[in-house]
Amino acid sequence: MEAATAPPPAPAGAAPPVAPRPEESRAARIVRGAAKVPLQLLLAVIALLWLVPTFGLFLTSLMPADVIADLGWWKLVQEPSMATLENYRNLFDDNALTDALVTTAVIAVGNTVILVIVAALAGYAFAWLEFPGRDALFIVVIGLLVVPIQVALIPIFSLYNDAGIFDTTISLILFHVAFGLPFAIFLLRNFFAGIPRDILESARIDGASELRIFFRLILPLGLPAIASLAIFQFLWTWNDLIVALTFGRDVQPITVAIFSQLRQFGSNIELIAPASFVSLAIPLLVFLAFQRYFVQGLLAGSVK
Amino acid sequence: MADVSVQPPAVPGGPAAPGDVDPGRWRRRAVTAAFLGPAVFFLAVWIVYPTIRTIVRSFYDRSGEKFVWFDNYQTLFTSDTLVTAIKNNAIWLAVVPALVSAIGLIFAVLTERVRWSVAFKIAVVMPMAISLFAAGVIWHIMLVKDPDHGAVNASLKAVRSAFVGDGVLERAQPSQPQQLQGTPARGFVLQTPLRAGSSALLGLTAIPPSAVPAGAEQAATPSPGSGEITGTVWRDFKPGGGKPGVVEPGEQGLEGVTVQLRDASGDTVKSTKSGADGSFTFGDVGDGEYRAAIGKETFSEPYGGADWLGPKLITPSVMIAYIWVWAGFAMVVIAAGLSAISREVLEAARTDGATEWQVFRRVTVPILAPVLSVVFVTMLINVLKVFDIVLSVAPGSSQDDANVIALAMWRTSFGGVNDFGLGSAIAVFLFVLVIPALALNVRRFKREEA
Repeated sequence: MEAATAPPPAPAGAAPPVAPRPEESRAARIVRGAAKVPLQLLLAVIALLWLVPTFGLFLTSLMPADVIADLGWWKLVQEPSMATLENYRNLFDDNALTDALVTTAVIAVGNTVILVIVAALAGYAFAWLEFPGRDALFIVVIGLLVVPIQVALIPIFSLYNDAGIFDTTISLILFHVAFGLPFAIFLLRNFFAGIPRDILESARIDGASELRIFFRLILPLGLPAIASLAIFQFLWTWNDLIVALTFGRDVQPITVAIFSQLRQFGSNIELIAPASFVSLAIPLLVFLAFQRYFVQGLLAGSVK
Repeated sequence: MADVSVQPPAVPGGPAAPGDVDPGRWRRRAVTAAFLGPAVFFLAVWIVYPTIRTIVRSFYDRSGEKFVWFDNYQTLFTSDTLVTAIKNNAIWLAVVPALVSAIGLIFAVLTERVRWSVAFKIAVVMPMAISLFAAGVIWHIMLVKDPDHGAVNASLKAVRSAFVGDGVLERAQPSQPQQLQGTPARGFVLQTPLRAGSSALLGLTAIPPSAVPAGAEQAATPSPGSGEITGTVWRDFKPGGGKPGVVEPGEQGLEGVTVQLRDASGDTVKSTKSGADGSFTFGDVGDGEYRAAIGKETFSEPYGGADWLGPKLITPSVMIAYIWVWAGFAMVVIAAGLSAISREVLEAARTDGATEWQVFRRVTVPILAPVLSVVFVTMLINVLKVFDIVLSVAPGSSQDDANVIALAMWRTSFGGVNDFGLGSAIAVFLFVLVIPALALNVRRFKREEA
């Protein structure tokens, strides 16, 4: 921002004899840039507002346990020497958190892999296979997009109990796959449908089987959409609370583990703050690494 | 629903069926089934079947054996907790989608004009990557009531003292309640009439040593010159007690106290502040009787902080956290719509003399209307399902006040009450509420494919 306001005096004295016209346009550009300073400031403040709460959680997690319930995290900015990793050390001393992280990772990765396979197969069928009732069935899928999870909780709870798979990792994975499917099929079908027909036709004429076309053509060409889907589903299920809370007791992903601590909020914030930060650090890294795909997924899911 | 694919056995228009004799037909069917089968299985078992089952279950009582018609639905609309949940959700629907869309629109339009828009977008979208549950924990910490602990109230306190100004004392009592009457909220008035040449002794007690304004000196009373009224405001207490109403060695003056001189009718004619030794002087005092008073500005209750997590403000608090999460979604989608608007259209409007606001209002917003409606409808659906963030922002004591339909469904079914009949009815109610959105999605799809 300062760069926009600082330079005017120097070039004004140096350049005029050579070329007056570009000088004008440069002056105009500087004026325009200067006019944007309030806007830049406003946006900087907003961006800061959006970053500060998460940063606050991080600083809270570094506060010594004996003052964490009384002092605001900004005290740590004034007195950085107070910061300690003690809370994290205590957190990881207990195997519960490590177990919860492993459970979360297994659920998030497992269901994402299954979902991508199932949805890609169905997406291809909806995009490129001719069969009676195709559009009607796809409309059903679109209808299922908005069905709230709550509608399924009670019957699946009973079903899992009857089948003896209540409180298992696999039962959580299967539930996530099912509720991820409508969006996943929708996203992939639309993307696959955009693949040029010629490519597929020529492969078919060459005698390639549908399965071969699927693996050799559709999957590689559909990779951007598949990446968006995978990132979304991974984040979505890593962050899930309601499903795990309903179908898990001993199987506890990290959100549930924190939730059970939360019932005594205030007394054990030295546990909740670092655990929450650990729970969000991984999705945050995934987001930062793949934010382009993330944004594409957002757009594909809503606009298209 | 799976029937749909098998239902029409002979479709005349099917491009792959030119005649009846088609050796590849069954093979193709088998291939299709292999591709679709897994998805249909998941959708049928985990979504379609449970939905039907939940609808049926909602007409049975808690045990699941007795058919009770609409009793559960009646409970849904009459029980206090559930009515609160429905009301809260109505507020959510009325407030949040509109706010998120508006904020997204503003952010999208503003970022278009700066070079570092990508960095800005990452900052605002970032909360979407973390769980709503963790976002709730973050905001719970931000919204703690104590201004020494909760960042939001700490900021409010800083703003308040910048604009309102702080009093020098939190509270005090007169050392001689007969002479000096009043309360900190109204100020104290010395009952003894004063004339030019006299002095007023305004002794205060019940001030802890730590609350005495910094830099206090031994209290002293200046002797009044002609036409002057002087006096002292001091902490009328020393170790051992001392004599009330007498300025003694070891007693400190109170600096910065607002002292008023009031005439016979009670109007303030002069006002000043006491010095480090507690002394004050009013010059040019005319004839007649006056009273000295300590102004109420002297006292300010320490700022206790807004009770964000208490029963009254909890729903707005959860909304703040939720908007913080979803604003990025609205911004990204709207920004994409914005970038698709052709520059020529905007330039043409500007050349015709439209102001930036007119361009925004008359050109940008109408062109963006479809995108805005997508964001709005998506948010309506999301808001109906709001759940985890309520659990983590609201402490146990205000969860009843923050209740929403999705949370009520869970608490009724699994959170101790364990009434599957009523829980199913709540779930069905939620489902009915999203049906318009479902219809909208289907219509949009049909229009796009047509």
